Amino acid sequence: MNKPAILVLADGSVYQGYSFGAKADAFGEVVFNTSMVGYQEMLTDPSYAGQIVVPTYPLIGNYGINEQDFESTKIHVRGFAVREECYQPSHYLSTKTLHQYLAEYGIPGISGIDTRAVTRKLRSVGVMMGIITSDKTPQQALEELKNLPDYGSIDYVKQVTTPTPYQWEPNGSTPTHHVVVLDCGLKYSILRFIRQMGCAVTAVPCTMSANEILKLKPDGILLSPGPGDPELLDYIVDTVKQLIGKKPIMGICLGNQLIARAFGAKTFKLKFGHRGANHPVRDLATGNVYITAQNHGYAVDPDSLKDGLEVTHLNLNDGTVAGLRHKELPIFAIQYHSEASPGPWDSTYLFKEFVEMVKGGKY
Amino acid sequence: MPTLGGQTGLNLAVDLADAGILEKYNVKSLGTPIQTIRNAEDRELFKQLMTSIGEPVPLSATVNTMRQARKVAKEIGLPLIIRPAYTLGGTGGGVAHTPKELDRAVSNGLAASPINQVLVEQSVAGWKEIEYEVMRDAANNCITVCNMENFDPMGVHTGDSIVVAPSQTLTNKEYQMLRTASLKIIRALGVEGGCNIQFALDPYSENYYVIEVNPRVSRSSALASKATGYPIARVAAKIAVGKRLDEIPNQVTGKTMASFEPALDYLVVKIPRWPFDKFASGDRIIGTQMKATGEVMAIDRCFEAALQKAIRSLEFGKRSLLWEDPKWKLGEDIANYPLEPNDLRLWALMAALRRGITPQALSEHTRIDLWFTNKLRNIVAMEKTLLSETLTPELMWQAKRLGFADEQIGTLADRLPEQVRELRHGWNIRPAYKMVDTCAAEFDAATPYFYSTYEQENEALPLEGNKAVVIGSGPIRIGQGIEFDYCSVHSAWALQESGYKAIMVNSNPETVSTDFDTSDRLYFEALDEESLRDILENEGGNGEAPPSIVQFGGQTAINLAEPLFRSGMPLLGSSAEAIDLAEDRRRFENFLNELGIPQPPGAGVTTAEEALSVAKLIGFPVLVRPSYVLGGRAMEIVHNSSELSRYIKQAIELDTKHPVLIDKYMEGKEVEVDAVGDGEDILIPGIMEHIERAGVHSGDSMALYPGINLTETEVETLVDYAIRIGLGLKIKGLMNIQFVIMRDSDGQGSSVYVLELNPRASRTIPFISKVTGVPMVKVATKVMLGQTLKEQGYKTGLWPRQKLVAIKAPVFSMSKLIGVDTYLGPEMKSTGEIMGIDYSYDAALAKALQAAGLILAPEGAILFSIADRDKPEALPIIKGFAQIGYKLYATEGTAAMIKAVGLPVTAIRKKLSEGHPNVLDIINDKTVNGIVNTITGGRVPLRDGFRIRRAATEKRIPCFTSLDTAQAALKVLLRGSQTYSAQPVSDYRKKEPA
Repeated sequence: MNKPAILVLADGSVYQGYSFGAKADAFGEVVFNTSMVGYQEMLTDPSYAGQIVVPTYPLIGNYGINEQDFESTKIHVRGFAVREECYQPSHYLSTKTLHQYLAEYGIPGISGIDTRAVTRKLRSVGVMMGIITSDKTPQQALEELKNLPDYGSIDYVKQVTTPTPYQWEPNGSTPTHHVVVLDCGLKYSILRFIRQMGCAVTAVPCTMSANEILKLKPDGILLSPGPGDPELLDYIVDTVKQLIGKKPIMGICLGNQLIARAFGAKTFKLKFGHRGANHPVRDLATGNVYITAQNHGYAVDPDSLKDGLEVTHLNLNDGTVAGLRHKELPIFAIQYHSEASPGPWDSTYLFKEFVEMVKGGKY
Repeated sequence: MPTLGGQTGLNLAVDLADAGILEKYNVKSLGTPIQTIRNAEDRELFKQLMTSIGEPVPLSATVNTMRQARKVAKEIGLPLIIRPAYTLGGTGGGVAHTPKELDRAVSNGLAASPINQVLVEQSVAGWKEIEYEVMRDAANNCITVCNMENFDPMGVHTGDSIVVAPSQTLTNKEYQMLRTASLKIIRALGVEGGCNIQFALDPYSENYYVIEVNPRVSRSSALASKATGYPIARVAAKIAVGKRLDEIPNQVTGKTMASFEPALDYLVVKIPRWPFDKFASGDRIIGTQMKATGEVMAIDRCFEAALQKAIRSLEFGKRSLLWEDPKWKLGEDIANYPLEPNDLRLWALMAALRRGITPQALSEHTRIDLWFTNKLRNIVAMEKTLLSETLTPELMWQAKRLGFADEQIGTLADRLPEQVRELRHGWNIRPAYKMVDTCAAEFDAATPYFYSTYEQENEALPLEGNKAVVIGSGPIRIGQGIEFDYCSVHSAWALQESGYKAIMVNSNPETVSTDFDTSDRLYFEALDEESLRDILENEGGNGEAPPSIVQFGGQTAINLAEPLFRSGMPLLGSSAEAIDLAEDRRRFENFLNELGIPQPPGAGVTTAEEALSVAKLIGFPVLVRPSYVLGGRAMEIVHNSSELSRYIKQAIELDTKHPVLIDKYMEGKEVEVDAVGDGEDILIPGIMEHIERAGVHSGDSMALYPGINLTETEVETLVDYAIRIGLGLKIKGLMNIQFVIMRDSDGQGSSVYVLELNPRASRTIPFISKVTGVPMVKVATKVMLGQTLKEQGYKTGLWPRQKLVAIKAPVFSMSKLIGVDTYLGPEMKSTGEIMGIDYSYDAALAKALQAAGLILAPEGAILFSIADRDKPEALPIIKGFAQIGYKLYATEGTAAMIKAVGLPVTAIRKKLSEGHPNVLDIINDKTVNGIVNTITGGRVPLRDGFRIRRAATEKRIPCFTSLDTAQAALKVLLRGSQTYSAQPVSDYRKKEPA
């Protein structure tokens, strides 16, 4: 049996469990994800930077960790809180256990906790800071929480973006067009999809200026998902403003919020966010409903939209904005994840639409 | 709407379409179009469609003859799977590893398929079997409700597999790959509603095959609905009338729409319930042909606990995972364990793990995924800890978290179950109840659907106000079927009507009682003492526990009366004392004696000597059975002392501390009465007369309402006895009494004997309620709440006789249970029932026989093989068949008798060892289209009679083992072309015959 550990939330709630992964404490904003599969993708999704993730599905680690399903170079979650960690995974691709993987990257986990109780707390009170610790008392943990900076005050995008530009699979099939992906915390799946559709893909740091980006001669620009409050990202919003009208742009998740802000709209923090693989989204043009993967804590305020942006998609659960487009310019964005990973592949057609836009076809 | 009635509905719709009926009357088929049904059900069309959308299907060919099948086998190579077209539960299929097995499977399959077509398919035995439940609306919106993974890999019918939801060993990529394929398939098919898609996934690559699509809601849909809280059939019905998924609200959350995918924060385990406890001679190997009669589901937050709770739900007596068959040769050699797919494999796996065989070795041997065998080893590891270490709060907590019952912990830690319970209460270790809410707690759900688990937070705070607990009936098995679900549901509704909150407890995912909107609160739990007491204590909070209703959940619920009473839990209705008086053979005997009501002489015995002396005293034939069993298990009619010795020897081996009961077998008319009592009055809605004489289990008899062949005096006596018994026992609620009427040889007088009494709802409650219009369960529930019959506005005594005639007939699943003898006897074998209703006996009988598959063609040939004992009585029946022009075939002895009366008959060899043609040949080539075969007694399988009956079953030829049933079938034929009316059941009650 592993060492006892606790998850303490800022409101004083304490959940008992056992330590696994790295032997360390972790703090961060505690959020839950309702996807039943895809923990490896979740762990490596840079949008979880600064957060302790609680999968609501109780059995995590069943198929181990493989070499194919990484969404970035490392684990981005601060801590992982699960009902049960599987230490005997079974899958032909598995090369290590969840525990080994977390330990390797110095990320602590806590297992055996009542994750449903945590979820109910977060859903009713809202997301809040929390600590995983195996050597502090709940009181000590609470004290420490009080002195920690709030999640919303930190620019995590700067921490997770690539330091230098790089090309994705430069040696593959000969590309016909070039897409630059502004890396605010991108997932590899986005690059994989665009590359598969015959475009060269360059990922660039979020701090790269519009001029520098345009110098790369892109045929289209993709604004990636990423962590944290978009209000802290005016430097990227400025870049986006300068790119508007120059090239076709697609925004995903944080990219959606950046485009909205670039057109003067506002964003706000959701009570407990959308994180899961089962969010229904309606395409307002066709009426069709898609099941989407989502991971965001902030949303676009529809009443603040102006300057040619219109809502194209709505989240059916709470009616929040799930997609935008510009009435004239070749710009569209979604608040959900067309690259899924984890989640359903219903929306991968949007990459096709983007690439067609880039190729000067449809729009 | 053809997609909600299972395979029957689909087949009927296709038949009606083919016959041009739908077109003729301009009938629109709602939901999934007929062409879609054809595309999914016809193997060849389905294969073409899958190929056209690039979805892989196993190499296969559709064949109509044995020769074609052999040719295909040469091309694809063995092993092969044989699947008959248009059959239920894969009836008639199989896996063939050898040419011989191929011949047998193809021959069975061709016979089983209504269109004589089978699919011969490349075998992917050993691959992972994964299912998706998919919904689609007419606007082409699609969602998957959930996926499921079979514990048993490909090769075992999914209905016979242990199934978990959601999948456990699939990566996100694999999950999405198959989900995407599912959406593609449902769109290509054009299903409007729900559909189930089965895949085989290679455990070592991304290769997969689409195995099967059910273009309808199915057993799996019911399971998926209960597993997720997503009401698939309800949504499918709304889609069929044109609603879109995003227009249908999700009732569970009240906030979201049906166009979402449930997120589970628990897992469910389903285990099939097989009938092999009743059919010891049956072939216990399971394969592609489904044999289970029912299933249980359990919900928990880890696999080990869900599995162990599911096993408790199976109600195998004390058979937890600790059980090992004393016949097994244990040890270190894996080959000794019965690890081929069979109903006891799970226990064999556990036994092997206990003896050090590794999860890896078991996984390699069985192809069951290592993930599962590792989990089983976790259970074994906990067993060992409990055996060797002192019970501490921490150990107790961990054991409960893994689903160990108090009783198991007691066995391992050498304590009584009650002591374990006290210990854990002392340590404040109690189950928490969590909600099934479709959304993993993301939204505040309104739906009161709970399961137990050992966790930090309990969500099920006691319901406010007046409330009562209805105890359900668990898995469907022979002897305890869907009737008790009907009763439980109606009781819950009656409680609500009376201002009570109804709390339902049940473990069966196939039922209406486990619909979250049937009651005010649903606990999806095993029906045993521990779980009931936990629930009652939870609902009691700091005060008194709510009362329980034990009358509606069959033997399962009534058996809980005593332990609940003993632990101080209040019961509604007849007292535990009254129940015991009725169930305890000796006490009941004394009770009847005091009332002066006769019953067949008999006694309980424990040795062969005792048995023989009792039999001598009361005279053969005698009816023998173990006490305390369900559905007449192991009950037999014994005609002489050598048979009796054999029986007693077997019964003593079988078990038990309980005595064997021996009663005089009275071969008279059996009559059944359901009644409701309030302590002061008794209401009898009607009297049911059995068509088969006493000796055939009441569940296997055809029963007739009203008792049209009973004299007025007999009816008066029956009513008098029922009232006196009911009042004497102070029955509050329902009871069922079975009587036998012995008529005097002069035909003038008769005597009525009581055979049996059950102080609870019986199997016939739905039947009698429907035909008489007396809502028995509602009346009984209100009586229990304190409203007398009179206060409810009912006159007491016998309810006025209706002008209709209704016949209940049993339905059997014998074609799926290889090795089981099909003759009708005191042990119940049927798995379901049908009802024929009309204004006349003949018309009702024709309908009943038609629905039960026992109707004979107007002309044809019939085979008689009659035991000597029955020959005189059979003669009029034989003459009757001759009279309407049936060609007669008979085995030698019977043929001699027929010849002797001057009728033409073809004698056929009965002894199979004496060459051809013999009886089997004329059955197999369908020379005859009906068989009458009575048994000589001495139940030895593999006798010739047994083979006749099996062959008839496999060829789907009506086989009558009771002369009474044969007589009834003849009666319908004699009447010539059948005329019957068709109108709603309620109209038969209300309206005069036209």
